[in-house]
Order: sequence, then structure tokens, then C-alpha cells
Amino acid sequence: MSALFARVVAHRLFWPVVMLLVLFLINLIAFPGFFTVTIRDGHLFGSLIDILRNGAPTLIIAIGMTLVIATRGIDLSVGAVCAISGAVACSIILGSSEPGSLSTVAVAVAVALLIALVLGVWNGFLVAVVGVQPIIATLILMTAGRGIAMLITEGQILTVNSPPFKFLGSGFWLGVPIAVLIAAVVFAVAALVTRRTALGMFIESVGINPEASRQAGVRARGLLVVVYTFSAFCAAIAGLILTANTAAADANNTGLFIELDAILAVVIGGTSLAGGRYSLVGTLVGALVIQTLVTTVYTVGIPPIATMVFKAAVVTAVCLLQSPTTAEALRGFRERLAVRAGKGIAAS
Amino acid sequence: MTKLLDAPQQPKLPVRPSMPPARRLGATIRNLMTSPKYGPVIVTAVLFIAVFVIGGVRYRGFFSGQVFLNLLVDNSYLIVLAVGMTFVILTGGIDLSVGAVVALSGMIAASLLQTGWSPSVVIPLLLVLTSVLGLLVGLMIHVFKVQPFIATLAAMFLARGLCYMVSQSSISITDPVFVSLAQTRIPLGGNLSITPSVIIALIVVAIAVWVLHSTRFGRTVYAIGAGEQSGLLMGLPVARTKVLVYVISGFCSGLAGVLFTFYTLSGYPLTAIGTELDAIAAVVIGGTLLTGGYGFVLGSVLGVLVLGVIQTIITFEGTLSSWWTRIFIGALLLVFIILQKVLTARRR
Repeated sequence: MSALFARVVAHRLFWPVVMLLVLFLINLIAFPGFFTVTIRDGHLFGSLIDILRNGAPTLIIAIGMTLVIATRGIDLSVGAVCAISGAVACSIILGSSEPGSLSTVAVAVAVALLIALVLGVWNGFLVAVVGVQPIIATLILMTAGRGIAMLITEGQILTVNSPPFKFLGSGFWLGVPIAVLIAAVVFAVAALVTRRTALGMFIESVGINPEASRQAGVRARGLLVVVYTFSAFCAAIAGLILTANTAAADANNTGLFIELDAILAVVIGGTSLAGGRYSLVGTLVGALVIQTLVTTVYTVGIPPIATMVFKAAVVTAVCLLQSPTTAEALRGFRERLAVRAGKGIAAS
Repeated sequence: MTKLLDAPQQPKLPVRPSMPPARRLGATIRNLMTSPKYGPVIVTAVLFIAVFVIGGVRYRGFFSGQVFLNLLVDNSYLIVLAVGMTFVILTGGIDLSVGAVVALSGMIAASLLQTGWSPSVVIPLLLVLTSVLGLLVGLMIHVFKVQPFIATLAAMFLARGLCYMVSQSSISITDPVFVSLAQTRIPLGGNLSITPSVIIALIVVAIAVWVLHSTRFGRTVYAIGAGEQSGLLMGLPVARTKVLVYVISGFCSGLAGVLFTFYTLSGYPLTAIGTELDAIAAVVIGGTLLTGGYGFVLGSVLGVLVLGVIQTIITFEGTLSSWWTRIFIGALLLVFIILQKVLTARRR
């Protein structure tokens, strides 16, 4: 029994899951109907659905980020890529004669995704071929990217009136929000492609030692380019969802700080920034923790301005709980308990 | 030349005395340019002069002492920030919280001054507060082995959140001491003048140069960046130094916040968003390696001046929109990183 308990506590998803459950509990106390999911107008409706829907963009970006971090990299440019893809899509829809037609939206989305692929290849090229540190390589696009998005929107907020585009952000299919479905598809694809093939292992090996992997026959360069491209692709999808949700492209504020949320989700999920090991399920839990946190702030009635302080507290708590120092202290504590229990038996 | 060779700290230049003087000079220059220590700083200095000369040729009234001094006046807070960031980056860390801490110290200063506190109490209090925040971050990084990226991210959320809790709107400062410090111009003769902030920033730079190059602490900072393990084996106080650099960065952020309020005479929770990126960009352009171990405070000051001169040129050009600044900074970062790569790769 205690062995099982020790194994559960030692699992790297233990503290994140506990954190999520605690947040759920706080919500349940503050708002007893928290877990109820009802069907209204054929749509699923409830707090949990809201969490999933609002958390979808962060989750999608965090999935791409997980793979990047697994290669011992980081992608700071995702927020800027979000803004660029939203700006591109909106400017194409605005420029067309039929903003409401399905084909216009399809072209807009396709072009936005294509541009994101180019941006991703650029990041990957800098990291893998030129050999720039990932944090700097993506810092370039992070700094310049919002400027580029401003250039596309000419410094204005582009508002579009296009039902098919709006559907992408706030539509439902079989009662489930489209954003959640997209996130689920991205998650499933990432999980299947990296875990059912050797790709995930290659990514981890590049994260542990790029040179050794190259000598073992792993094409580290190509792999890095693919990973950064995937990350930018994920960012573009999230950017389109965010833009479609408000039906407006705001070059300054679309996806602002989302790179930080995504990195936090990955770290809370137990993926080390040192690379070499990753957990997509962990990232899912991490993204849910962050979104639930934001929801909790609203349901409990903490003023929304305190959200960031609250977020800082949770991040700090999770990081400290996951730290090796804490694990060691806990182990020492358990051992002392065991010794004391043993003495008790001997005395009786 | 022989004097240079005799100095113990200089790298041994492979210059044979039998070489003809012209070739020897060429070899020395090539060695300096391609050394990871001096090369990037020299390139930055050359680029700064080149940009300044180009500006002088293109625009009437650009080539004046006051334009140069205004670079210092407008960027004195950024210089202080970059100094703190240099310490952190030299150890191989990073501090994302500086922008939020600048905003926080501005907010606290504004609100305390509004309630009638004396500036002679407020300013020391701020510096102590931000240093303590830096200390906490440093302890989190060192004791709990949290990655600097994540720990300072949490500090950034905390500081930004606290800003909103102090006030959600702008607070103007009417305190006579602050107003006089903001408006005083110190004449340098010949229509040239600077502000007290510039003097404070230059004092900080001078102290930082002295600490990094003439004290045991400074040498330990470089040693940690070059290899933490080796530093430990040499018996250097790695733990203390690693925590202290974050305290220094916190202190510099607080001071930069005070200088920033001299500049704007108000506190606003949304100020200085993205300033941490400017500071990091300045440090990188100034030739400090993000992995630590190489770099100079004066390089970072040059980096700030380069960023400033670009902004000045965009102002002089008049027709360029403000978002071009970000694109230029991104492009400049790129050029620098490639240059650093090429220069250091050619050295065999």
C-alpha cells in the first residue's frame, strides 16, 4: 500500500494533477454547479466546456512547444506568429469581394498556415543550420513579428464579418466547440506521430545530445527544422482560433503573453526545459491547470486584476513541489516516519 | 605590443615577432575581431559609429553632440537595466522580470508619493523591495533548482499583477523633488546638457565595470558562466554568487524604475511591457554570449546606444511608422548573431 503510494507520489504528473484537483475543488465549493454539463440548443454547455474551449489555443501552442522544448530548445515567437496568422487571414477576407463565402475563408486559412510554415522553417533554419541558440533565434521573430503583423494590418484592428470564419472560433460540431475539436485533433496527431513511431525517441535523443544523435544516424538538423515548423504551425492554428473568436485581428494583442502561458503549461506538465524528455499528457494537464486557474479567479470572485499574482503563486508552488530539493526533503521525512513506526512496533 | 603580451589576463595572440609589422597588425586585428571576447564588442562599436555617421550624412542636425547626449537621456533607465541583465546573463541565466519590476517600482513610488511619503524614504524602500524580490528569485533558482527562465517568469507575473493591485490607472507624480530631478538639465557647456538620470546611470555602469573586472565576485561571475562545475571544483562561492546576481538585477530594475519615473513623472501598470526584451537585445548586441562567460558591461551600454540610435533615425526619417522600430531591432539582432557566429567560427 505505502509502496504504491510512494510510486504515485513519485510520478511526475502527481503534483500537477493534485493542483488541478485542488482547483476543481475550490471551484466546486464556490459554485456547486461547476461539474454540470447541460445541452442547450444542441450545444454542450457548462464551466468545464468553457475551460476546454478557452484553453484550446494555449493547449495547441503548448503541444508544439513541448516538442521544441524536448529538443532542448524554446520557441518565443509563437505569440507573434499568432498575430501574423490572424492578420494575414483577416486582411485576405477583408480584401475579397465575398467575405462570407466558404472558399474565401479556406484560402485565407490556407495562406495564413502556409506563411506560418515559412516562419517555422526560418526559426528551424536559424537553430539547426546557422546554430543560433534557440532562445535568441526565436527572440528575433518575437521582436520583429509583431512589427510585421502591424505592417500587414497597417496598424489598425481589422474587423471582419464572415460567418464561416467566425465559426472557426465560436462554432459547434455535434455539440462540441470547434476549438476543442481542433485541439483534440492536434493532440492526437502529435501523440500518434511521435509516440507510435520512433520520431518521439529521435526528438528526445536530439534533446539529450545533438552531436551523439547525429553520429548515431539521427538527422538532427532536419528534425529540428520539422519541430520548429510544427510549433509555428500550431501557433498559427491557435492564432486563427483567437482571431476568429473575436472576429478581429489585433496585431498588438492577439496572443500577447501566450508563449509564456504555453511554456508554463509545458513546465507544469513535468517536461524539463533541459530537454530530452517530454510528456504530451503532462502538457495537457498543465494547460488545463492554467485555464482552470483563470476560471477559478472569476468563479471565486477574486478581482480579475489579481489573476497574474495568483498565476505567479501557482507556478511557484508547482515548481517548488516538483523540485528535486523538495523531493529529497519529502523522502527524508518519510524515512524518519518509517523509522519511528518501526520503533513503535519494536516497543510493542 | 609586447606590453600587451606580458599582461597576464590578455589572451596569448599567435603573433610571431618575425612577421613584418603590417602583417603583424593585420593578424592582431583579425585576432581581435574573431576572438569571442572582444570581436562582437568591436563590431558593435564600429556599427554604432557607422549608423551615427550615416544618420549625420542623411539628416540635417543629426550630427550634433546633443543628439548623442539625448541617446543617454532617453535610455538611462535601459542602461541601468542592461547592466543588471549583463550580470545575470554572464552567469548563463536570464531575467524576464525586469520590465514588470520597472513598472512595479514606478507604481509603488507614485502611489506612496501621492499619500505624502517623502522621496528620501520611498526611493531606498523601493530599492530594498526590488532587491528582496531578486533575492527570492535567486533562492528559487539556486535552492530549488527551478530554471531561471521559469523563476523570473513567475516574478514577472507577480510584479505585473501587483502593479494592477496598486492601481489600474495612471498615477501622476507631483512631488517637488521628483519633478525637479525630472526637469533639471545639467549644462555641459556649448548648449549641451544632460539630466541627473544620466549621471546615475553612468555611476552604475562605472561601479559594474569595477565589480566585474576588479573584484573576486566579478571573476566568480565569469567563472560560473564559463563552467559552473569547474567553478565549484575550484572552491569558488558559486551558490552565493548565483543568488547575488539576481539581487543585483532586482536592484538595477528598481533603480531603473525610479529613473523611468523621473522620465515620465507617472506610474502606470502597463508601462515597460517588453522592456525585458529590449534589455536582453541590448546585452546580446553588446556581445555578451547568452550561454554566459563572455561579455562586458560597456558592450551592453553600446547595445543600448545602438537601439537608441535606430529609434532616433526612425524619428528623424519621419515617414516611417513606429512598428518599423521593432522590425529593425529584430533584423539587427539577426545581423549581429550571424556576425558573431561567422567571426567566432572562423577562429580555429
